[in-house]
Amino acid sequence: MTDTQTRKADVAQALVIRGGRVIDRTGERHVDVAVAEDGTIAAVGTDLDPASLGLHGATVLDATGCVVAPGLVDIHTHLREPGREEAETVETGSRAAALGGYTAVLAMPNTEPAIDSAAVVRQVLDAGRDAGLCDVRASGAITVGRRGEALAPMGEMAALGVRLFTDDGCGVQDDRLMRRALEYASGLPGPVTLAQHCEVEALSEGGHMHEGEWSSRLGIPGIPPEAEELMVFRDIALARLTGAKVHFQHLSTAGAVELVRQAKARGLPVTAEATPHHFTLTHAEVASYDPVFKVNPPLRTADDVAAVKAGLADGTIDAIATDHAPHAQELKEAPFDHAPCGMLGLETALALAVTELVEPGVLSLADVLAAMSWRPAEIGGMADTQGRPIAEGEPANIVVFDPTEEWTVDPTQLASRSRNTPYAGRTVRGKVRHTLLCGEPTVLDGKAQR
Amino acid sequence: MSRPGSGARRHGDPRNLISIGDLGPDVADGIEEVMRLTDSFVEVSERAIPKVPTLRGRTVVSLFFEDSTRTRLSFETAAKRLSADTMTFSVGTSSVKKGESLRDTVETIEAMGVDAIVVRHASSGVPRQVAQWAEASVINAGDGWHEHPTQALLDCYTIRQRAGGVAGKRIAIVGDVKHSRVARSDVGAFTALGAEVTLVAPPTLLPPSLDGWPVKVSHDLDSVLASTDVCYLLRMQRERMSEALVPSLREYTALYGLTARRADLLPEHALIMHPGPMNRGVEIAAEVAERQGAVIVDQVRNGVAVRMAVLFLLLGSGTEWGGESDR
Repeated sequence: MTDTQTRKADVAQALVIRGGRVIDRTGERHVDVAVAEDGTIAAVGTDLDPASLGLHGATVLDATGCVVAPGLVDIHTHLREPGREEAETVETGSRAAALGGYTAVLAMPNTEPAIDSAAVVRQVLDAGRDAGLCDVRASGAITVGRRGEALAPMGEMAALGVRLFTDDGCGVQDDRLMRRALEYASGLPGPVTLAQHCEVEALSEGGHMHEGEWSSRLGIPGIPPEAEELMVFRDIALARLTGAKVHFQHLSTAGAVELVRQAKARGLPVTAEATPHHFTLTHAEVASYDPVFKVNPPLRTADDVAAVKAGLADGTIDAIATDHAPHAQELKEAPFDHAPCGMLGLETALALAVTELVEPGVLSLADVLAAMSWRPAEIGGMADTQGRPIAEGEPANIVVFDPTEEWTVDPTQLASRSRNTPYAGRTVRGKVRHTLLCGEPTVLDGKAQR
Repeated sequence: MSRPGSGARRHGDPRNLISIGDLGPDVADGIEEVMRLTDSFVEVSERAIPKVPTLRGRTVVSLFFEDSTRTRLSFETAAKRLSADTMTFSVGTSSVKKGESLRDTVETIEAMGVDAIVVRHASSGVPRQVAQWAEASVINAGDGWHEHPTQALLDCYTIRQRAGGVAGKRIAIVGDVKHSRVARSDVGAFTALGAEVTLVAPPTLLPPSLDGWPVKVSHDLDSVLASTDVCYLLRMQRERMSEALVPSLREYTALYGLTARRADLLPEHALIMHPGPMNRGVEIAAEVAERQGAVIVDQVRNGVAVRMAVLFLLLGSGTEWGGESDR
């Protein structure tokens, strides 16, 4: 969009991020980062003098006590546009993402209509560019309408840059169709990855929470962990059969984590993600019957939470993805079994990772950033511009956050159009100070810039 | 010890009756208090004019999202005998689907000025949600598979009336426990009062997990009956056939129905109970429902007095469950 480029040129300004602790895939160091007007990193070093770099009138961003890292990358975001704009739009979702420290999000295809054609891909990408708050990428559906019946035109979507395909919201139930999808996709120009929402519907149908002690007590139909594990097992077998890459979305069970661990040990081309809610919350939350705790895959047991953390710790799970799923308030004020699945995630993910993974010593800060920036950038096929090292000449997609700043989650203060965070009232540590998208501040001092 | 259906594991809700666990910090004390009050309301019900002015000026609304003429009439009769004004807000599930959120419905009713909302819903948890949004007291008249606490209270009362008490009784709850709100409330109430409860059902009709349920389980009704003081039969619903939970009603009856032959295995003093409506010939043989020891009609009769006691405790006494009076 020439429009956006013009606007960007208007505001482009040199910046120096001073006094921060830089963490990227190459390691950690205390250096300043200078960003040129063209949106690339001009220099990295101690006590940088912008004038001597030719960066006149550079704004100084104080990063004392903060971490400076490649911008976060979410490969599992529901932006709801087109079709559910009352819950979220590309713009409001991008704003939430920027405030959460993200410089890129991968929009899931379960919109209305689904992202299953070049036309809808274009619509989402255009809306992302117009908003200018985040690098909005689109995933494409594997099957037409996500109905699991016929292959979607993956080629025409790949030609527009789509690098990840999924029927997210549903798994592809048909074994043969999934095999064909993997085979077909491996012949597309540009490497693509098929990602699976693992859920065997024959076992999950009618269920609204994890099947177990709490579902039994509360009288809510359950979803057994095996509904997820059977499809993980099948897709590992299909990855072996076809040689194609498979990415497992939102792993939630100990058994699924173990299956992926074994598949990786055998050298199969599989990757996996987990959500913050699956490493922070259990099915006991549902005792309140508040549908804000209804999500798919469901919140599981404390043992599953421990297994997800262990999977993150040993690298079985490559990425932390939000599964940010906004829903209008009135839909979440329905009876539990009528309410839609999903919870917000973009604005709380980093703080939850810091508070629940780094502080207890499950992961280092560098591990968390790997799982939230450069590894998901690779899985999502955007490693050319996202999750890059903080180094001269690289695009300045950068997050600056204070890992110690404490804040309390207040649903009314979120930028998302929806309010369905399960963390209302929770005190967490780790606050985004600034976010730069190609050198342009999308967030300054914790405030969105547009 | 946590009990099934106790929701947030938080015992004692002085304002509402949603789960048996709400009946006070000590559930047994709460139930006993209802029982004692029920005695006096049974006496009221036997008068020529069975009505007292206790709740005059108070309004009780029945908010039934699921048809249940029996339960609704029982609650409304109880409210009227206490001189409360009653309103019925019948909502077909279809109108909920039309768009009004549950919260909007509750706020509409609250705006009319009510003191108690009696809620029935096909979805588990709705009364708990309603209670979060309502100032009025909320009484659960059955929610999904979760709980039906006044049914459990009237069951306790009936056992006490006909067998002298619940403590120490060996109670078999037979049938579709998995989908039964009655079973969840009964297990909580019976075990709180010191009964020994055995669930008798095919594995497919038991909850997937019984962790924390202080019960025994059997799949062999014949072996249980001889040592049973109360045989409590649950309603078997036809749709369970289509879910592959049991092969056929015929097989269910053959294995788990209280046939005349099986009823003969019960001790002579044993009670036979059913929450109604019965499927005669399925979970209970027609002649068994009529025999000595079958107290199904007593259950219905006691339902009114028990619900009077609950309404009185919540609206009229100024006391909380368990006898505390600092409200």
